Parts: sequence; C-alpha cells; structure tokens
Amino acid sequence: MPDVTVKRKRPLWYNLNLFNLPVPAVVSILHRGSGALLFVLTFVLLYFLDRSLASPDAFEGVRQALSHPFMKLVQLGLLWALLHHLLAGIRYLLLDVHVGVDLASARASSYIVLAVSLALTLVLGGVLLW
Amino acid sequence: MVNRVVVGAHYGLRGWLAQRFSAVFMALYIVLFLVAMVAVRPAGFEAWSALMSQGWMRVATLLFFASLILHAWVGMRDILMDYIKPTGLRLGLEVGVILVLAVYAAWAAQILWR
Repeated sequence: MPDVTVKRKRPLWYNLNLFNLPVPAVVSILHRGSGALLFVLTFVLLYFLDRSLASPDAFEGVRQALSHPFMKLVQLGLLWALLHHLLAGIRYLLLDVHVGVDLASARASSYIVLAVSLALTLVLGGVLLW
Repeated sequence: MVNRVVVGAHYGLRGWLAQRFSAVFMALYIVLFLVAMVAVRPAGFEAWSALMSQGWMRVATLLFFASLILHAWVGMRDILMDYIKPTGLRLGLEVGVILVLAVYAAWAAQILWR
C-alpha cells in the first residue's frame, strides 16, 4: 500500500516556459498593449488636431511634419494599433453575445483579427499616407 | 459559471457596460471618419476646417472624445488593477490617469469650439 500523504506533500513545480501562448492570448495581449498605446498617443492626436485647425500656416506645419518618411512609418504603426484594437474589440463584443465561443471558432477569429488588421493597415496606409 | 445576482454593489457592471457602449460609438465614428477621409480627401486648411466646424461634426467628435475618455478610464483601470499591486502606487497612477483624461476632455472641447 503506497503512502498517499508523502505523495501529496511533494512540491509542485510547473515550468511556465513550457506553456505556449495560444493565438487568442496573443490577440488579447496585443489588444491590451495597443489600448495602452492609444491612451498615451491621444495626446499626440489632440496636439496635431489642434495645430491643424489653428491657422493655414499651422496646418501647413502639420502637413510637413506628418509627411516626413519617419513620421509616416510611425503613423503606419499607430494605424495598426488602432485597427487591431478595433477589430479585436469587435471580436470581444461578439464573444460577449456568445458568438464564436467554441475553441475552433475562437482560434479562427483570432487569426482573422491578426490578418485583417495587418492587411487593412497596409491598404488604408497606402491610400491615406502615400 | 457564476450566477451572481446584481443588486446593491454593482460588481463593475456599469464600467463594463460603459466600456462596451463607448466602444460601439467610437467604432461607428472611426469607420465613418475613415470613409469620409478616403471619399472627400479634404485638400487644404479651408476644406479641413470647414468639415470639422460643421455642427454635426463638432457634436459627433466631442461625443467621440467623451467615449474615448470613458473607455480609456475603464481600460487603464483594468490594466493598473492587474499589474500594480501596491495600493498607494496604484491609487496615485489612477489619479494620474484621471487627470490626463480631464485634460484631454477640456482640450478636445477647446479645439472643437475655438
């Protein structure tokens, strides 16, 4: 008869590095990260909105600043953050009303969010920035 | 499955609802704004400021920023509650977020009705 109490006292040690990050978790953490980024960058958005509506000269200044190649790359990054947050948010709203909650569709919709936000970033970025 | 009866303390239900309703409003505004930008492509200052000083555009944009502030508050509070364990530090950061959002609100109103 094996002694169960000894077995129970054994320390449990989980190597958390062995757990992989499933796609829905990737979408989730990117949703959080992009949200925090958008909170901070609302300051920049308000600054440029303010300048662009202040006077024709200030508008020209904003246009020049935003058309610099480096600033265009920054805007592309921001556009991605916004689109990812928007699409992942729509996914969460659907999950809230119990649409696509089973594992297969939750995984599929995660891939869709990742792919469509990237594709839309390139399309909209191309149309609006170049 | 938690079958919680929502009476008395509201268990974050109001914040949860505000986050979702503000999200829906912002999503509609952003999509309409992007469609307008691609379709109209306001060429210079005149066209841009004419578009932004329309009565409906001012109201819609102000509501957008109001939604953003509600939404960002719930989201930032969630983040701070998850990662910042010392109560004093978390409280300080929450007050900081509220102050930043108050500045955003005043600034947005000032920009739209200059």
